Amino acid sequence: MVGIEKKEIIKKLQQEILSLEGFKSATTDLQQEDIGFQLMADAFPRHTFPKGTIHEFISQTAACATAVSGFVSSILSILMNNDTPCLWISTKRSLFPAGLGYFGVQPDKIIFIDITKDKEALWVMEQALKCSALSAVVAELSEVSFTESQRLQLAVEKSQVTGFLHRRKPRRENTLACTARWKITPLASYTENGLPGVGFPLWEVNLEKIRGGKPRKWALGWRDNKFISIAAEQAPQQRTLKKQAVCLNVS
Amino acid sequence: MPKRFLAIWFPYLSVDNVLKKSPDLRDKPFVLCAAEQGKMIIKAVSTRARKEGINVGDVLTSARAILPEVASFQDDPITTQRVLNALAEWCLRFSPIVAVTSPDCLLLDISGCTHLWGDERSYIESLKHRLAREGYQIRAAIADTIGAAWALARYSSSPLPIVEPTKHAEALGLLPPVALRIAPATVLRMQKLGFKHIGQFMNIPRSSLRRRFGEDLLQRLHQALGNYPEVITPIKPAAPYEQRLPCLEPICTATGIAIALQNLLEELCARLQKEGKGLRSGIFKGHRIDGNIQQIHIGTNKASHNVAHLFKLFELKIPTIEPALGIELFVLEASIVEDIQDAQETLWGAPSAYSKIAELLDNIAGKVGLCAIRRYLPAAQHWPERSIKTAHSLQEAPSIPWSNNLNRPIHLLSKPEPIKVTVPLPDYPPILFIHKKKVYKLTKADGPERIEQEWWIEDGEARDYYRVEDDQGARYWLFRLGQYGQGEPQWFLHGFFA
Repeated sequence: MVGIEKKEIIKKLQQEILSLEGFKSATTDLQQEDIGFQLMADAFPRHTFPKGTIHEFISQTAACATAVSGFVSSILSILMNNDTPCLWISTKRSLFPAGLGYFGVQPDKIIFIDITKDKEALWVMEQALKCSALSAVVAELSEVSFTESQRLQLAVEKSQVTGFLHRRKPRRENTLACTARWKITPLASYTENGLPGVGFPLWEVNLEKIRGGKPRKWALGWRDNKFISIAAEQAPQQRTLKKQAVCLNVS
Repeated sequence: MPKRFLAIWFPYLSVDNVLKKSPDLRDKPFVLCAAEQGKMIIKAVSTRARKEGINVGDVLTSARAILPEVASFQDDPITTQRVLNALAEWCLRFSPIVAVTSPDCLLLDISGCTHLWGDERSYIESLKHRLAREGYQIRAAIADTIGAAWALARYSSSPLPIVEPTKHAEALGLLPPVALRIAPATVLRMQKLGFKHIGQFMNIPRSSLRRRFGEDLLQRLHQALGNYPEVITPIKPAAPYEQRLPCLEPICTATGIAIALQNLLEELCARLQKEGKGLRSGIFKGHRIDGNIQQIHIGTNKASHNVAHLFKLFELKIPTIEPALGIELFVLEASIVEDIQDAQETLWGAPSAYSKIAELLDNIAGKVGLCAIRRYLPAAQHWPERSIKTAHSLQEAPSIPWSNNLNRPIHLLSKPEPIKVTVPLPDYPPILFIHKKKVYKLTKADGPERIEQEWWIEDGEARDYYRVEDDQGARYWLFRLGQYGQGEPQWFLHGFFA
């Protein structure tokens, strides 16, 4: 009996702490199933993907940056489900809108802002995060300071827009006032029954930090407009190309 | 460049006005009259009434004696004048310099305009045709001087008088003296003396003419001949949405400028709101005491008459205004104005999501420039660089669906980068490639997908695209330009897959 009471009290206190930490109290959210994020739900506070906060992504190589773009687009497609537009701010953009279709995003719903300086990108992001008509704001830049990230967090708390901060090749991985820190690395693509050719994308998703949740690691892919999980042991054998090569052509 | 002038005379302007208002009067006799010295004097006559022998200047009662069923209306010179001014503004499409000469004539400086219509004849015919369609009968003439054009429009016997350059003196010589725009008393005196044509006295020494007819005749005659200068005062079409704020004391502080801007915006927006319009582009000008004009310019993504929003856009640029000794006149001009579509939604006070985003983008454009904001739509082309196009407005919807398969990369290099590859057999995918001195071993590959150049846009070789994956799991988009066996093909890295 005493144990149950204790659990109740702890649960209540946890809720209180969460609401103090900026997660908007949402008793309704608790009942609502978190569509699209079931695979990752264990790691999140209250088993829901934290919306209305800032998520930080760090990528050190071009391949990782591409994986982050893919993963963020997948999340965007879930957040934008009722066609609310999103802003994609970038200092050196190479994102190709026509490639987003696979991830379930309508590329014409994304408004791209291309600028040259990190400072301006942060200014634009802060302005955009205050606009509650957007579903999400993505910013690709390299250097952010702790104070700047705090400003973003403040902007987000009012409007409940989700922000994604993608830091490409930062000089130092300094701590930011963000709810979550993610690192995405590409994994060998998955094909059914080991068919030859390149299959659908697979990433190693590393949730390094999450406020109020438990950091975890997954191998996730994206297929048919939803996340899929491939357990490590099921990961396909890395198939090399059939070595029928007799003569090698070096060009 | 020699000057050319066009005079347009509306002989029946007031009658045409009445007919435009009530077309059923077209075949009926009617007159327009005004009270003068206790009598109703006829000021204009319809075509039918003219045929019956009623003339301008007759008394209404005598007209009724000739034709009992003649209808009479009050002449309205003020409306006629307003119509003439409107016609002058309409004529700005033909020439930038248009002047009104009362009571029923327009003067156009057409130097360097006529070649746009071909030649002077087609120019004048186009003008005549358009006015005739609107129901206005005109007589128009082109000559080197204002006086000659005016005289020819009224008194020339040819239906479409166009006087060749420098030939206006001969043409004038055949016209009666009244064509010189001189006082009726002088005309009467000339008639008495037997001067029936201008040519008869054109070459009489100036001193004799001055002694008998006064300086006025000489001036008019030589203006028509082009010896004396004559200028026309062109009409100035007012910027349709403009607010002015003159200041008693010159303003030289940012606060003062902001207050002026706020006042002007409130007035302008009140007017825009009443007319259901919104501002797309606006200019705020400050006229300085020393004659310099300082101005700032804003543009919006969506027509807006929201004072707070527009003020915020202008506010960012107020520091660029240099008041120097002070600004004495502020002018706010809406250069582009559009109808507002979603006026209904503002009824509840909550601006729609769309206008919120438009306001956000205006704000961003004010800081980083409009060209930084882009939105893309699919284009019906296979060549990757041309498969997307930029959208022109925030509401433009895609005309064809986006592809949702995996064969386009999520990152595309703006310029394909050359790589070195190892290919086992000519048409096989590569097994490794070297990019920037780094070797990538490839384990999986798809392809090739051949994309041909659109020959009607650009010439060039086809590209064979391969989707490949290296041993680290990173996925790339490579292509081969050209084919083995036909010269030396080149390989490029073009994109990255997620």
